[in-house]
Amino acid sequence: MGTLVKAQVAASQLLNEARSLLEEGCRFQMAYLRYMGPVPEIVYLVDRGPNLEFLELTVRAETELPSLSDLVPLLSWYEREIMDLSDIIFTGNPEPFPLVLLEGMALTSLPFDPTSKEILQLFGDTTPPQLPEVLATQVQDLFWGPVRGDVLETGEFHFAYIGEEILHYTPRLFYKHRGIEQDLQQQDPESGVILAERVSGVGTICHGLAYCLAVEDALRLDVPRRAQLLRVILAEMERIYNNLHFFSMLSKTTTLKVGEAFGALLEERAKQINAQLTGHRFLRNALAVGGLRRDLNVDILPTMLSNLQRDAIDYLDSLSVTQSYLDRLIGTGTLSADVAFDFGATGPVAHGSGIKRDLRVHHPYSMYERLSLEIPVRTGGDALARSQVRGEALISAFDLIRQATELLEPEEIAAASPTSQPELADGLGWTEGPRGSCFYAVRIRNGLLERVKIKSASFSNWKVFPLTVHSSNMMDYAINEASFGLTIAGADR
Amino acid sequence: MKNWTLKGLAAGKVTTKWPASGENDGQDKVLGFPTFHPQDCRPACRECILKCPTRAFSTKTGVNDEESVALDYGRCINCQICVASCPTTALQSSSNLTFASKSRQDLVVDEGVNSRENDELRSRVSSIFKGSLHVRHVDAGSCNGCESELQALCNPFYNLHRLGIFFTPSPRFADVLLVTGPVVPQMKGPLLRTYEAMPRPRFVIAGGTCPISGAPFDMGYSGGSGLEIHLPVDISIPGCPPTPAAFIHGLLLLTDRINQRLHGGGYEQ
Repeated sequence: MGTLVKAQVAASQLLNEARSLLEEGCRFQMAYLRYMGPVPEIVYLVDRGPNLEFLELTVRAETELPSLSDLVPLLSWYEREIMDLSDIIFTGNPEPFPLVLLEGMALTSLPFDPTSKEILQLFGDTTPPQLPEVLATQVQDLFWGPVRGDVLETGEFHFAYIGEEILHYTPRLFYKHRGIEQDLQQQDPESGVILAERVSGVGTICHGLAYCLAVEDALRLDVPRRAQLLRVILAEMERIYNNLHFFSMLSKTTTLKVGEAFGALLEERAKQINAQLTGHRFLRNALAVGGLRRDLNVDILPTMLSNLQRDAIDYLDSLSVTQSYLDRLIGTGTLSADVAFDFGATGPVAHGSGIKRDLRVHHPYSMYERLSLEIPVRTGGDALARSQVRGEALISAFDLIRQATELLEPEEIAAASPTSQPELADGLGWTEGPRGSCFYAVRIRNGLLERVKIKSASFSNWKVFPLTVHSSNMMDYAINEASFGLTIAGADR
Repeated sequence: MKNWTLKGLAAGKVTTKWPASGENDGQDKVLGFPTFHPQDCRPACRECILKCPTRAFSTKTGVNDEESVALDYGRCINCQICVASCPTTALQSSSNLTFASKSRQDLVVDEGVNSRENDELRSRVSSIFKGSLHVRHVDAGSCNGCESELQALCNPFYNLHRLGIFFTPSPRFADVLLVTGPVVPQMKGPLLRTYEAMPRPRFVIAGGTCPISGAPFDMGYSGGSGLEIHLPVDISIPGCPPTPAAFIHGLLLLTDRINQRLHGGGYEQ
């Protein structure tokens, strides 16, 4: 089965087409700019439902296109990114401010435009952002960041608040924008995996694997079963250490110091197991297009993981009977199912709000269809619900590794090289990482990457997060943020 | 209700004794920087130069006009691709990771510079901070791998505080600026403003391969070419990311509490 069906739509029919797709129960996943020769087009990726091919809807980009953000709010950030990096305007976008390129910065030419002859550079210095006007008296403004306390990723957060109550919250990300999508252009598809693994350090596998799957889809490579199963083991190892980190941070923000230390120590143990397995604490340098770079010594896993699992269960059990911790999570940062769906929540954030969607089950890849997996779901939509689905995902990762190990048979771990290469090939790859869905769309022309689009889980969840902060209180902010388990590197790219 | 105090006490001590004693630095089986012996290269072989994704290898011309290959660890992201592509034993995997150096030249194999001397005054000043060192971290465009390892320094296994080293919330009371990421255009301003806010004397650490050379993000419209063109760098800690032990080694090296192991690209076992 292919991964994509393609359709073209005229700009004048775009809104109608979007409306009818929504009525059919489809969900938009992302939108991006791509050039077909000198002609720019906007590509919308649409999930048509479990086990169906994704729909790639393209519209020839004119200087002005109707914004779909009113119908599909999750598309707003994609439209803003396209507006930043091209001269296309989406009329009717409800927040037409800079997103990826911050105020004060400018480009010498357009990043994806093949007709541009200028040397491409980003220059300037960041200036204060445009913010919504808050019409109330005695409102205080707090800018937090871009350099924050502790060891944290760069991001700037604006709070408009009265006393304890936050009236409005605006995250300003993309300080860390590295332009990786453009870096990948004109690279050889095999070496692109090195950069894909470095889009997000703690998402090495979900990014690296989605990239490999996309290239393999474009080049029609058959990955040997053993390599597919070993990739599942890598992906679930990533889920384990990320979720242990999550509980450590949640304990930290609820001032449960010993709980924080326990979580951090368990995460350290998981990273040391990663090193034993692959030679790298973040599981880097194992993936390759077509399979893996080398076979993995999985014999060490059963003992190490059963000890870690026992201690992780004991840790989660202890947290679940700690009243001071639970009290801070119950009712904090409530996200309704409707808002989660419309604004694009993914992974544990969606699962905590009752949305039962998981790419490992609904669009299985890398032999997940051979493994038995329950999607954890809660309907509360609060920090407690998000932590509970994370806890279940953590425990089920151990089980998935066990299942995958049992299916392993001695075999090759790399696909045979393709005999012939088409002049033009498109591919789509996706993974369900610890934070949710990650998509890579690639176009390969004459053996080189022409366009790579990256959609990280956190890009989706950052869009949703502010909606749970408005009208909440300052005391709960850090807990709410920790309960979303966001990263910035993948979102900024 | 869980009694976390008792639970914590029952868990006992879990902190490694390294680097004071013992070998348990938490890096078992981590693949480190490749060792490079250019004298074992095949004549005119350029495999590593062609395969390296970050252009860490280059050719240089010697006194007799013969070309040889040089390796810059300041561009190395430990991806091990060169080891796999090397037709001889000139490049081999190793477990060597604590590559923190006071001089950028020390990261280069075959540079011919062996810079054991360093600025004596700076060295005397930095040893004042032997007992207590406060670090302000700035993420100038990293992938979050370095942040994850810096956060790991405070976990019970490494327990950085036992060494008298602390992260500070503000640059105003920091002794060291520890920078991660290649310094992308949008982070240049915030980085320099953070440095300006620090009291003197102040030190700068480039934590990871990105802030040393920008690699692998030293291209495109929003890449960076590292810290050196913006600020004076006192310690370079290569690695993608450096392991927690490599970060500890670099922080201790700043205050002369540990020896530098890499000199002119050669590693002391």
